[in-house]
Amino acid sequence: MSGLKDAGHLFRFAGLFVIAFLVFLVVRGYVVPKSFGRYGHYRAAAIDEIAAHPVKFAGHQSCESCHTDIAATKTKGAHAHVNCEACHGALASHADDPTSVAPMKPDTAVLCARCHTASAAKPKNFPQVDPADHSGGVPCQTCHNPHSPAIGADTGTTTAATGGAK
Amino acid sequence: MSGVEGYMYPNEITLYWSVLIVLYPYITGLVAGAFILASLERVFRVEAVKPTYRLALLTALAFLLDAPLPLIMHLGHPLRSPEMYFTPHDTSAMAMFGYVYLWYLMAVLVFEIWLDYRREIVLLSQKSKGLMRVVYKIMTLGSSNVSERALHIDEKVGWIVTLVGIPSAFLLHGYVGFIFGSIKANPWWSSPLMPVVFIFSAMVSGIAAVMMLYMALTKLRGQKIDMRCVDTVAMYMFYIFIIDFSLEMLDLIHRIYEADESFRSLDFMVHTKLYFSQIVLQIFLGTLLPLVLLFITQIVKLTEPVRKRIYVFCGCMILISVFAMRWNVVIGGQLFSKSFLGYTTYKMALVTREGLLAAIGLTILPLLFLWVLLKLLPPWPEKSLHEAASGD
Amino acid sequence: MNISRRHILILLPAAAVAWKHVLAGTPEDSPNYRMSDHWWGMLIDIPKCIGCGNCVRACQTENDVPDGHFRTWVERYHRTDWHLENPEVISPDGGKEGFPVVPAGAEGDYFFVPKMCNHCTDSPCTQVCPVGATFISPDGVVLVDQKYCLGCAYCVQACPYGCRYIHPQKHVADKCTLCYHRITKGLTTACCEACPTGARQLADLKNPNDPIHEFLKTHSVQVLKPQMATGAKAFYNGLDGSVR
Repeated sequence: MSGLKDAGHLFRFAGLFVIAFLVFLVVRGYVVPKSFGRYGHYRAAAIDEIAAHPVKFAGHQSCESCHTDIAATKTKGAHAHVNCEACHGALASHADDPTSVAPMKPDTAVLCARCHTASAAKPKNFPQVDPADHSGGVPCQTCHNPHSPAIGADTGTTTAATGGAK
Repeated sequence: MSGVEGYMYPNEITLYWSVLIVLYPYITGLVAGAFILASLERVFRVEAVKPTYRLALLTALAFLLDAPLPLIMHLGHPLRSPEMYFTPHDTSAMAMFGYVYLWYLMAVLVFEIWLDYRREIVLLSQKSKGLMRVVYKIMTLGSSNVSERALHIDEKVGWIVTLVGIPSAFLLHGYVGFIFGSIKANPWWSSPLMPVVFIFSAMVSGIAAVMMLYMALTKLRGQKIDMRCVDTVAMYMFYIFIIDFSLEMLDLIHRIYEADESFRSLDFMVHTKLYFSQIVLQIFLGTLLPLVLLFITQIVKLTEPVRKRIYVFCGCMILISVFAMRWNVVIGGQLFSKSFLGYTTYKMALVTREGLLAAIGLTILPLLFLWVLLKLLPPWPEKSLHEAASGD
Repeated sequence: MNISRRHILILLPAAAVAWKHVLAGTPEDSPNYRMSDHWWGMLIDIPKCIGCGNCVRACQTENDVPDGHFRTWVERYHRTDWHLENPEVISPDGGKEGFPVVPAGAEGDYFFVPKMCNHCTDSPCTQVCPVGATFISPDGVVLVDQKYCLGCAYCVQACPYGCRYIHPQKHVADKCTLCYHRITKGLTTACCEACPTGARQLADLKNPNDPIHEFLKTHSVQVLKPQMATGAKAFYNGLDGSVR
């Protein structure tokens, strides 16, 4: 091609691109995490990192492995499927080191009211009462065993408390 | 919750895309629009607008250099932004930003400016002294070949670059429209028209910006404004604005007619939260008024001073209107709940990284860049060698 | 508590060993957990939800969710008669402390809707991430790689369900992880663990013995915003037409 020597400056400009591209490839080789792309367009190592987060709720199986008596009481009552930590809070630290970490006893005035305060918004078949009317300020556990709440149901009889908005 | 009316999903109450995200499409829009004006002369041989050619390219470059800044300042982790170059996700419109930007900057704009200015750069590298000499020498890339043949090659290659630059400019700004237009979760954004509306409003704003810069700079230099040039620029601005307005009205009419599940919520939002920015500023003052005035200049023979005033006034209204359009899209799209049951408020900060002052600063910065570029690469030949050689 | 000292001597070490074993498991290293064996989802039973907010509190505790942001939340709907288009919806602090009492005899239908990330199979959020910081794991959980996320918030905008937010301290995207760190160890999610009525149940769609399969055969279920075709895996039983 006749004009090639007069196009030298264009090759210099193109040369900049080539150099930049090569530098980019080298840097990319170092910078992109090794696990990237293993399962998809993401850093596969992230999956393990996320899975390694600390657990705060032990899960009811852990509680029941030690507290077998409570577990037995619960099975026949209305709270059979209410897991331990739903009321007692996150207790993985207690499961991890039972003697040093002692769980706090929940305050029934706050705790029970959360679920069982009557509201027309709640499902009709859910046991609910007006706390003031119902007990006149007497703590819930005076009459109800939280682990098997039906009155007189400590041994597993099925006198269930029927609720309804008052 | 303060500032919330009705119901918003709890995580929707805070706006995550701030005024900086309004600014970004505005700035790339100015870039695309300025480039289109430059291409009018270079590719479409509209010789009348030649006096704005170099200014348009430098304006595009000044704004393009500023463009990544609002994005960087918005990111939670700006230092991770190179990830977009190393592992761009091919299903994400946003991922193409890095490459499209780099392509447009280097392979289109810088390349074209370099080719057009090469003769002056070589001459300045020989005539300047001190630091400026070094700067110009670097810019020559070591080649001082400004023979007839070399310049002829530059001319031909430059033409191809501009030709390629037109779809590149559309891509640079159109992908932003697609970023919004492809979000099915947001009915205010989701529309195939979005990239097209963005591009046309960008063209109007870019042309308006260069037109006003040309008029201002010419006046500052004590030169006579080439009215044939400005009249032609204004004419293109007018016709492109008509297309832009038609597209926006099409979107609006389509929404009103179909009245899908989002319509009531969006309609209420436009009439209340966006009343001033959309109806008053964008549509009436910013579009209808300039269109009427520009229409008058097209059909009635007006004197030069009157035309100048109309062009400047319309130019200002257009720049405000296109900013308002970006605001209405970005902020508007986050003011309503995706449950269609409520609205929130945008609490724009003042001095934070994403606040009003940052936005103002980032709008003024490209003008500083332009000032530097005008000194480095003067667009107007009759003074260029003399001014630059006297040392800066 | 009726555990005698003798019981403790036996039970403590056993519990400790069991617990350590549970904690040690990671998806890749643990022989117990293989990602390809699972495809996670959630079943949400609306008629059972009482709006107690246990799930919201448990999630916040388990996952250190910052105040004012929610990986899960509960909405209370009030639909008056046939007006499905504009229900009254509230979610005071995401339902974290429950809901105000509605006096007896109130007009219209009330119900609670727990919301969370739907871990969509065709999630629009992972589609738009510019760098691959959010993704769906091989076992069907949509996760965020917080070491890679730029904090651009594009995914937050793309989620039709409003389940994402930008963490105010970490400046990265955050959302429900389906308690990935728990489910890969054989535990259930914190919200399911805390739910007193069984309104939320973790579901492993790939497990033929999972109760969800029987449930799906005998109930009508929906996903939220089906028109978005996100392949959502949070299945709602008893979802009213007014739910947004």
